[in-house]
Amino acid sequence: MVELTTPLASEGLEKLKTGDKVFLSGVIYTARDAAHRRIIQAIEEKKPLPFPLGGSVIFYVGPTPAPPGKPIGSAGPTTSGRMDPYTPILLQKGVKGFIGKGKRSMEVREALKRFGGIYFVATGGAGALLSHCIKTSEVIAYEDLGPEAVHRLEVERFPVLVANDIHGNDIFEKGIEKYRIP
Amino acid sequence: MREIDSKRIIDAVAEKLIEINVNLDSSICNALKSSLEKEESPLGEDLLKQILENSEIAAKEKLPICQDTGVVVVFVEAGEDLRIKGMDLKEAINAGVAKGYEEGYLRKSMVSDPIFKRINTGDNTPAIIHIDLVQGEKLKIEIAAKGGGSENMSQLKMLKPADGPQGIIDFICQVVKEAGPNPCPPLVIGVGIGGTMEKAALLSKKALFFPPDYRNTDPELARFEEQILSEVNKLGVGPLGLGGRTTALGVNILTYPCHIASLPVAVNLNCHAARHGHIEF
Repeated sequence: MVELTTPLASEGLEKLKTGDKVFLSGVIYTARDAAHRRIIQAIEEKKPLPFPLGGSVIFYVGPTPAPPGKPIGSAGPTTSGRMDPYTPILLQKGVKGFIGKGKRSMEVREALKRFGGIYFVATGGAGALLSHCIKTSEVIAYEDLGPEAVHRLEVERFPVLVANDIHGNDIFEKGIEKYRIP
Repeated sequence: MREIDSKRIIDAVAEKLIEINVNLDSSICNALKSSLEKEESPLGEDLLKQILENSEIAAKEKLPICQDTGVVVVFVEAGEDLRIKGMDLKEAINAGVAKGYEEGYLRKSMVSDPIFKRINTGDNTPAIIHIDLVQGEKLKIEIAAKGGGSENMSQLKMLKPADGPQGIIDFICQVVKEAGPNPCPPLVIGVGIGGTMEKAALLSKKALFFPPDYRNTDPELARFEEQILSEVNKLGVGPLGLGGRTTALGVNILTYPCHIASLPVAVNLNCHAARHGHIEF
């Protein structure tokens, strides 16, 4: 079990291996399809970004609205593959970690190796359970996108698995092959 | 002619949508529990336990099981001797959707124009509504909150009649394998076979309304469902696609007669958070 605090430093990420269980603590930012489009556009047009990208961790999630007395509603990962086209440029700009579910493209896996980033998976469909690790939530950009707005989350021991490390390993290939009955 | 006040429909739809989003159906819970006994992957076992723990937290704290509270899909059987008072049936259902998603703190996930603007409609409407006219004066509403992740990995193929049962099995296995982790396995698999392109798709969606342990009343089809389930669970995809024995909890098939030249097969995948409810007036 590895404990990590955000923002993530480049040094030490090489020690993380596919399959490692990690608890993440600190600030992470939410972004999914529409927010990614806007962030990439802002990068291209050299406009202000919703959060500092260097060392940051992006969580692919559109949470449910917070009910009274809770910081956030249900908040589990969405399918990461939809964000593949945007991911290499974010890695180039210094983003160090991504939390989602499902496989990444070869381009993303190459970019994780090249720029030194980690792709984590959280348990899909366990949004109520995961919400317990989110202590605060605040919309910081693109409020008009509703559930797709960028949230700043403070998380405490948020449980994830290393799916793609910086050495090019992939958790899905290994796992499925092991249990396949020919 | 029987009359039903549209307000009753609005309230019932809203209430049911909140209920199914918060409480994981007992048939799914039971299927998950029995798969836990058979799961060989330690990580898979851990993930199944997390999914079950998640459902307990959701029910206790009245939180949605999953943040993707879905697109609302509705199959209605409306009696011909029935009149809805106040507004038309589709309007009433959509008003119920808007009410439920607001009052239940559910996520609104629908965008208006799918191609260009993609602006969130703000109340999770419109629902996808299919209405069948039947004899009598009853109103039956089957309602689902369908997640986008599993819907995105569903597929339809027009097979050749010569492909036969083995062709159907191969296609379903191909769909599940290609989908891998994306639709949040363990899955419930709805299969529509026959009819035309759109009929097969509709049947596959309808098949998802059966509990995973329900077997077809036709013994030949029931055996076919078992066979497909067994083949799918040999793929090794496992819980959340991280490897294991539990790739699907159940396979349900609906069929319809078709053209001599055709064998349409639609495979509609549902994540483990399969959310369905039934309302009757």
